[in-house]
Amino acid sequence: MTDYLRNFLLTVLVGIGMVLPLSVQAALTIEITEGIESAVPIAVVPFSWQRLTPGVPVHIAEIVKSDLSRSGYFKTLPERDMLTRPDSPAKVKFRNWRALGQDYLVIGQVTEQRGRFNIEFQLFDVYKGEQLLGYRMSVTDHELRRTAHHISDLIFEKLTGKKGYFNSRIAYITSVIKPAGKKQYKLQVADADGFNPQTIATSSEPLMSPAWSPDGRKIAYVSFERKSSAIFVQTLATGKRQRISAYPGINGAPSWSPDGKRLAMTLSKDGSPDIYVLNLATRALLKLTKSFAIDTEPTWSPDGRNIVFTSDRGGKPQLYMMPSYGGRPRRITFTGDYNARGMFSPDGKWLAMVHANGGDYRIAVMDMKTRDINVLADGRLDESPSFSPNGSMILYASRKGTQGFLSIVSVDGGMRQKLVFNQGEVREPAWGR
Amino acid sequence: MKSLKSVSGLLLILTLLSGCGMFGDTEDSPTAEGQGSGGEYGATTSGYGDGSSISGTETQGYGGEQASLGGSFDDPQSPLSKRTIYFNYDSSQVQDAFIPVLSAHAQYLLAHPQQRVTLEGHADERGSREYNIALGEQRAKAVARMLEAEGVSPGQLEIVSYGEEKPAAYEHDEAAWQLNRRVELVYQINR
Repeated sequence: MTDYLRNFLLTVLVGIGMVLPLSVQAALTIEITEGIESAVPIAVVPFSWQRLTPGVPVHIAEIVKSDLSRSGYFKTLPERDMLTRPDSPAKVKFRNWRALGQDYLVIGQVTEQRGRFNIEFQLFDVYKGEQLLGYRMSVTDHELRRTAHHISDLIFEKLTGKKGYFNSRIAYITSVIKPAGKKQYKLQVADADGFNPQTIATSSEPLMSPAWSPDGRKIAYVSFERKSSAIFVQTLATGKRQRISAYPGINGAPSWSPDGKRLAMTLSKDGSPDIYVLNLATRALLKLTKSFAIDTEPTWSPDGRNIVFTSDRGGKPQLYMMPSYGGRPRRITFTGDYNARGMFSPDGKWLAMVHANGGDYRIAVMDMKTRDINVLADGRLDESPSFSPNGSMILYASRKGTQGFLSIVSVDGGMRQKLVFNQGEVREPAWGR
Repeated sequence: MKSLKSVSGLLLILTLLSGCGMFGDTEDSPTAEGQGSGGEYGATTSGYGDGSSISGTETQGYGGEQASLGGSFDDPQSPLSKRTIYFNYDSSQVQDAFIPVLSAHAQYLLAHPQQRVTLEGHADERGSREYNIALGEQRAKAVARMLEAEGVSPGQLEIVSYGEEKPAAYEHDEAAWQLNRRVELVYQINR
């Protein structure tokens, strides 16, 4: 191991529990603010590398380690506590790891061959002394980070029974004030750990409300670039986009149907803001609500049957639910004087929202069966909740003092992380696949 | 600048031709992959952003700092110098204190039927962003209704809501929120 790596690891280890400095390339820095006490001990041994050129392009085990510990489910063993660093099953001595109190062990090796990297890794149950998982994969250098996240996903799913969410991406809006005093708004997409941020749209006028298509290939968003709102759908791979809606008044709050064929949105072309559903293939526009009040922020139930939206028809903003092909809206929130921006968990069991009761704006989840509301965090100005693809975590925008940042909280409220953007404002996170 | 203008003119024509209808406006814009050049290409390739800001609306002066309108607009004694209407929390009702201000603007607009004004609705940062867009629009519409009640032609009025996206004050307290719950009357200068 190089000195550089040792120093890097040392920094990481010293910082564990409070800050995990990932790298200078990360636009976001992640801090774990609250973890689970019953976290399972796991040792992830640095993967061995066989390549012609010196150096290691991506520290796979580091990424896996930080993914697993950030999940809150695992407590990873500091590398300096490891007695041995096996890289193949034959070299593993389980009693060493038992002595260290480890339940699970991950080892791996990487071999470079003609520009490709062959990665092999194994997951072991230390007490039973048996292999739980073994994979061999061949990737290019561009795919190394994602592969590391994929490995984390495989391990996470094997050990928790829940799908991992590490190999996923987040979209968010940033704004910075340029030296000339003009604002610059950006729609960015980064890996779920804040790495690899890429700007997919830039404007001197506000960008808002990014929404992932269910297949993760497109993002719908609102842009004021012509000094009035319009909804665009942009394909990530090509950067090409299509203007979907530019009626007079509000064109806002785009939300994809679970099958990706329709887009619910808010339009105020007929007067007050109402919920509409646009069929993307036929371009047929269905008007769902017809109140004189504010109706906005539609979100689909995962089965596509219902739409939940925010309305102040009762005097204050509350959430209502109605059939997605039309029907009578029914109010579903009765606790608190402000409930807005509903968002279903992928399994439809939970509805996240912005909740206030005479004071601070916080993220809450409603159990769709019992209709009980549980406030998850203690923020003052929290907004824009969004579920991880596996439904276990909620990403949202938060603020403390003058600092705006993103937060992640588990649906049970037990685990919390903070993603701090290095410059300017970061907001409206949307968690994609 | 000249060549820029003609380009923007062309852009304007193109965008007018494409109309404000739905779909069809496929355009090149910054790619997710391929990266590299950072922010600058964004404004150029996304087209609309640049085109619109050069093609005529630029002089509107957003964020309260309007280009000089002259006359009574600059006279602090004149109600026309007041071009921001403030609102209570989660309310789009025009408060009595602002009725004389709006009356003065209505009289001016009646006397100058060619003059157009954009009513920009805004909200404070609390609560969800799209709800605040709707709230800002309701505020702008409430102002429009008052002007229209005094005889101003709807054709002279344009409404846009920025919700909480363009705060006038950047602090995060009640004092700032009061300044941000507003409708700005932005007179369009005919040059």
